[in-house]
Amino acid sequence: MKLPFKLASKSATGIAALTVAVLALSACGAGGSTGSGSGSAGDADGITVYNAQHESLTKSWADAFTKETGIKVTLRSGDDSELAAQLVQEGKNSPADVFLTENSPAMTQVENAGLFADIDKDTVAQVPEQFRPSTNKWTGIAARSTVFAYNKTKLSTDQLPKSIMDLAAPAWKDRWAASPSGADFQAIVSAMLELKGEDATLSWLKSMKENAKAYKGNSTAMKAVNAGEVDGAIIYHYYYFGDQAKTGENSNNVALEYFKNQDPGAFISISGGGVLASSKHQAQAQQFLKFVTGKAGQTILQTGGSFEYPVASDVPANDKLTPLADLEAPKIDPAKLNSQKVSELMTSAGLL
Amino acid sequence: MARTTAARSARGPAGIASGPVPAPAGGRSNRSGPPPVVVLICVLIAAFALLPLGYVAVMTVGAGWETISTLVFRPRVAELLMNTVALVVITVPLCVVLGVGGAWLVERTSLRGHKAWSLLLAAPLAIPAFVNSYAWVSAIPSLSGIFGGVLISTLSYFPLVYIPVAATLSRMDPALEQSGSSLGLGSWRVFARVVLPQLRLAIAGGALLVALHLLAEYGAFAMIRFDTFTTAIYEQYQSTFNGAAANMLASVLVVFCLLLLLAESRTRGNARYARIGSGAQASPARLTLGLHAIPAQLALAALTALAFGVPLYHVGRWLIAGGATIWARPELVSSLLQTLGYGLAGALVTTALAFPLAYLAVRHPGWLSKTLEAVNYISSSMPGIVVALAFVTITVHGLPAIYQTSTVLVAAYVLLFMPRSLVNLRAGLAQAPRELDEAARALGKAPFTAFLRVTLRLSAPAAAGGAALVFLGIVNELTATLLLSPNGTATLATEFWKLSSEIDYAGAAPYALLMILLSAPMTYLLFSQSKKAAGQ
Repeated sequence: MKLPFKLASKSATGIAALTVAVLALSACGAGGSTGSGSGSAGDADGITVYNAQHESLTKSWADAFTKETGIKVTLRSGDDSELAAQLVQEGKNSPADVFLTENSPAMTQVENAGLFADIDKDTVAQVPEQFRPSTNKWTGIAARSTVFAYNKTKLSTDQLPKSIMDLAAPAWKDRWAASPSGADFQAIVSAMLELKGEDATLSWLKSMKENAKAYKGNSTAMKAVNAGEVDGAIIYHYYYFGDQAKTGENSNNVALEYFKNQDPGAFISISGGGVLASSKHQAQAQQFLKFVTGKAGQTILQTGGSFEYPVASDVPANDKLTPLADLEAPKIDPAKLNSQKVSELMTSAGLL
Repeated sequence: MARTTAARSARGPAGIASGPVPAPAGGRSNRSGPPPVVVLICVLIAAFALLPLGYVAVMTVGAGWETISTLVFRPRVAELLMNTVALVVITVPLCVVLGVGGAWLVERTSLRGHKAWSLLLAAPLAIPAFVNSYAWVSAIPSLSGIFGGVLISTLSYFPLVYIPVAATLSRMDPALEQSGSSLGLGSWRVFARVVLPQLRLAIAGGALLVALHLLAEYGAFAMIRFDTFTTAIYEQYQSTFNGAAANMLASVLVVFCLLLLLAESRTRGNARYARIGSGAQASPARLTLGLHAIPAQLALAALTALAFGVPLYHVGRWLIAGGATIWARPELVSSLLQTLGYGLAGALVTTALAFPLAYLAVRHPGWLSKTLEAVNYISSSMPGIVVALAFVTITVHGLPAIYQTSTVLVAAYVLLFMPRSLVNLRAGLAQAPRELDEAARALGKAPFTAFLRVTLRLSAPAAAGGAALVFLGIVNELTATLLLSPNGTATLATEFWKLSSEIDYAGAAPYALLMILLSAPMTYLLFSQSKKAAGQ
């Protein structure tokens, strides 16, 4: 009876050996097939960008940068706050070299964790003071304006809200939309928090829970406005221009209202870029940021399909856009925008 | 004799049912203890499989009562609970009615073209739920909420009930039904009192699968603005990475899953349905439909049109609208290659790891093998978002060396899709008697050669079937892939998701088409396998 046991255990060893072999083989297979992006970052020659900006925009920057310098760029895309929190948890082990966002609160979060290196002097010189924090731990790379996008057939100009705060009124129940899970909207709320205080913001958010329809993403919210599912939506300006430049299929019934008048709803959000102190490719990372804020990078904003506002190197905005200076935005220090408080308030209002 | 019954009892509705199949009985297979190496590997796999559950437990306990009470007992969670419960309570019975009704029409009536219908009813499985959602949103842009959620998930998941029920129906011994009618029962009452009870296992297994899919689905519901626990966890993840609120929602979701597993094991019961005794089983009689044939054909046509026709039509429409330019994105080819790479790697590793577990279950059944198997089933019922959340947190803090590598993603796939491989392999190994292995050795083959040339070869078809199903799962996986993939990775599913989130529906269409094309042969395999298991 001893014999079968021995045999069985040998065949088991065989299985084990086979398992290991298959594991090893498939690991190679997976590694090979995922191309340059696989493996832990840092071993590839080139830089890794944690990208919360629209991927198409960052791709245009990355492609132009690679063409000019030969430095490869690998992107990891996600949301502002997701990637910021991820960077904070990764700490010194982060594979990221550069962090680009759509809104500044996420930059502040990473800055407060002490993870950013100082921005290169050349970059600082390219960006006007109002578009970067005084610490120079990161810089503005683009800007976007809050708008009320409304359906022209459902609302006439005299029926429009005068302030974003008006949307809390019961008259607006089920008539407006937003994308509360997105960092864009949360940045707008952080501006409100800074301008109006915690109590007013929380009560506005609670009314929003009653009044607003939540969509996933600003494009979807605008599409709903266009289709007449809601009268209007709080989004950023460029979704409209981007769609108009394509087919207009999701925006032909849409018009934009800028609140102006230093309203929280006239908030201009600064998209940021920073270099991680833990980056093993400091020079290349700084070079990338300098490129993005330089003439070439900013011209991509002016002429490309993103329709975001350039902020540096004296590049003017796309002709189709209302100039930034005419938008009467409230003056807000980006360092004061508190994203963590916002997500707490939104969680307690039941929006998250 | 004992061996053939054992082998047959292990040949359940292979592939699709994830509930444990009774292990083969018989004293001979227990003659020696399980080999320690195999046991060690199995225990390691089980320990690994427990990581997500352990993560949720540790996070919940670590959060402390105050955090739990503020983050769990709030209106938003009640709202999510209502949505999720309503979704399960409405969708599961609908899937059971459609699945059983369809299977009965196809297998037990004189329906014309029943061969074609039997395949068409399984076909919607080839359409990933989020592609289905994309098609329906294209058809009805305002589709949302519980109605939309129920519509899309019913159409996507009813084949999960249909396939095992059809397999069982075609295998069922008609003698019992004949006794029923000879004792004066009408055909409806025969169905209700004789047939339906025999379908209990298949229905309960299918219903459990539907329910678990409902809990885990993200893309399909996010697209139509229907909030469930999974969509809310993902939103929290987008706002806070792995913040406390996401973890608390995950722990509620896990409790939900465990309750479902418990409920399913309760309904399974201990009754025996197997035919014993000598003689061959007659093939079941088919009921003549007569005038009812027309409404039956119409109903099946309507169901197929909604579940299969609508998605195909809209994917096709977007493909035409997009023209040639949508095929020009360079990401298309690379994401196809990456999907194939991950699918193959995941399928291989999962099958390799399922081998020792299946071997233990078949050759050395006992409390150990049962426990290890149960662990794998439970952990694989965890939604992808929970597994991903656990793996992200564990690797970012504890294992920086493999953080954000393809290894972690493949590991998550293994964990999520292990039962698909396990169920198949166990059935295959049960059909490879150890005596053949021993005979080969007695004839002078080295043990390893004997294993390779006998056992491995005999179980290879089953292993391949299981691997194909794992591959199918990986091709359509979204949440874990989004969270865990290495920098720069894009799969068909993630690219499709990104484009359709930016409402570039035309741009997303080629990815939808490729996912359907990759899934179609696997679905056919699954379908024909269930027929084979049923002895046809």
